[in-house]
Amino acid sequence: MKIADKNTKAVDLVRDALDRAKKFEEYHCFISMNEARALERARAIDEKIAKGEKVGRLAGVPYALKDNYLSREGETTAAARMLEHFQSPITATAVKRLEDEGAIMIGRANLDAYAHGGSTENSYFGPTHNAHDMERVAGGSSGGSAAAVALGIVPFALGSDTGGSIRQPASFNGVYGIKPTFGTVSRYGVVAMASSTDCMGCFANNAEDANLVMSIMAGKDAKDSTTLDDFWTKELDEAKPAKKKIALIKDFMGDGVDEEVKSIVRNYADKLKAAGYEIDEIELPIAKYALAIYYIVQPAEVASNLSRYDGIRYGHRAAEFDDLEGLYNNTRDEGFMTENKRRIMIGNFVLSSGFYDAYYLKAQKARTLLIDGYNKALEKYDALLCPTAPNPAFKIGENTGDPLKMYLEDVMTVPANLTGMPAISVPAGKTKAGLPVGAQLIGARRSDQMLLNIAKSIEEQA
Amino acid sequence: MSITREDVLHLAKLSSISLSEEQVEPLMKDLDGIVNYFSQLDELDTDGVEPTYQCFEMENVWREDEIEEFEANREDLLALTVESEDNQIKVPKVL
Repeated sequence: MKIADKNTKAVDLVRDALDRAKKFEEYHCFISMNEARALERARAIDEKIAKGEKVGRLAGVPYALKDNYLSREGETTAAARMLEHFQSPITATAVKRLEDEGAIMIGRANLDAYAHGGSTENSYFGPTHNAHDMERVAGGSSGGSAAAVALGIVPFALGSDTGGSIRQPASFNGVYGIKPTFGTVSRYGVVAMASSTDCMGCFANNAEDANLVMSIMAGKDAKDSTTLDDFWTKELDEAKPAKKKIALIKDFMGDGVDEEVKSIVRNYADKLKAAGYEIDEIELPIAKYALAIYYIVQPAEVASNLSRYDGIRYGHRAAEFDDLEGLYNNTRDEGFMTENKRRIMIGNFVLSSGFYDAYYLKAQKARTLLIDGYNKALEKYDALLCPTAPNPAFKIGENTGDPLKMYLEDVMTVPANLTGMPAISVPAGKTKAGLPVGAQLIGARRSDQMLLNIAKSIEEQA
Repeated sequence: MSITREDVLHLAKLSSISLSEEQVEPLMKDLDGIVNYFSQLDELDTDGVEPTYQCFEMENVWREDEIEEFEANREDLLALTVESEDNQIKVPKVL
């Protein structure tokens, strides 16, 4: 990506990005733009460069911010009516770190409200369109961020991945999507969804750009006690895999997976083989249970995290109510989208007395089996390979009538969230209709850079 | 059908969401489909397996109890509420 220096003005980089955002307005990548402040920031960087002062590693680089990251610049809506006019009094740690290195946020990217969804159709402000086909979804929940990078508006964008919300839209739009090891990037100042799986990551056009952005955001933050000590410290070329062995997960290459997706992922495996990797096919029978586990655990955590939206301290408040309880109930009816309500209610169902053991506790025990299964598989291999999503981007409106069908989109992405492992989606090819398909690489915790190293090793041929 | 109309109304109450009549039926159908999908976990033998609630690799994280500067001030925070008076947030009468 282009970084501002003596020959490249930050103002030009930012203006180009804003112009492209305008040109591709109909794709609806953004909920709001940050034009005036972005240009002001760019001018300040250009002045520093002109004076010969030191500027950051992302000086003048424009980026799109998923609108569930809090920033004092503009409103943070989480694409929900509940936060439609929310002016954040704080800025997320990840955003601060990027801005300390000179990155410039040009706008707030669209998402499914509260990041609940796999298509960006649950946005209160309307869906984002796929960068390769206007009639299709951008994926989700970070659909706006993925499409903004794919359309060349910005060289990178931030997303959040609780069950696949970075990787699936990355696959649908043909860009890199990085979900790091749990605890890599601080969640301070990001609208909470499911606290045991929420991960902050990014979209980019290549492995080196993704590595640079992630290395800046990664590391301990006193404001998020789940953050790990910074391990994102190597040059990408030095993060080599030790075994040069990768396993294709057979369980995710069977029925229910689009034929073209399978052949593109097999083709990706062949390219790895040609580059000197040993490729095995393995069975991981526990993997297919991850989705049921996820849709018990995640709504339970959602129900808890979203209980804070009561219309009292901030956010939407219903205009009509009889008493305090009515204020809560009407506010939450009006402020949440249907999908938010489904998840909160499912969460309260699996946690309620009488069902707790059968659902929530059962799922958490099954989660242990899932972690054991993945750990064991990764003893012999550097990484596991499978498609990112069972299909390329679907048509807008195609899955909205059936929430379970929408959930099935996440079947191959949720294992990395439940196990805390890093996973990346890499552009692997296109279908005959020209729709991008992503290959997913999953590794042991803290092997994030190695996954990017593997992807980079065959980047030019993919 | 494992989720009934009464279940939906009960869950809405637990969730503090007032549902209009036309929302009840579709939610009943959706929640029923989702909950039935969970039954596949019955195939897994989890006897004696410890549950995993988090994969943070850590337990308690301590720090000194010291006052730190916070980026948001009182005015910023009170500006977010619908009604406030004398530095306090106003709510409808509770008692």
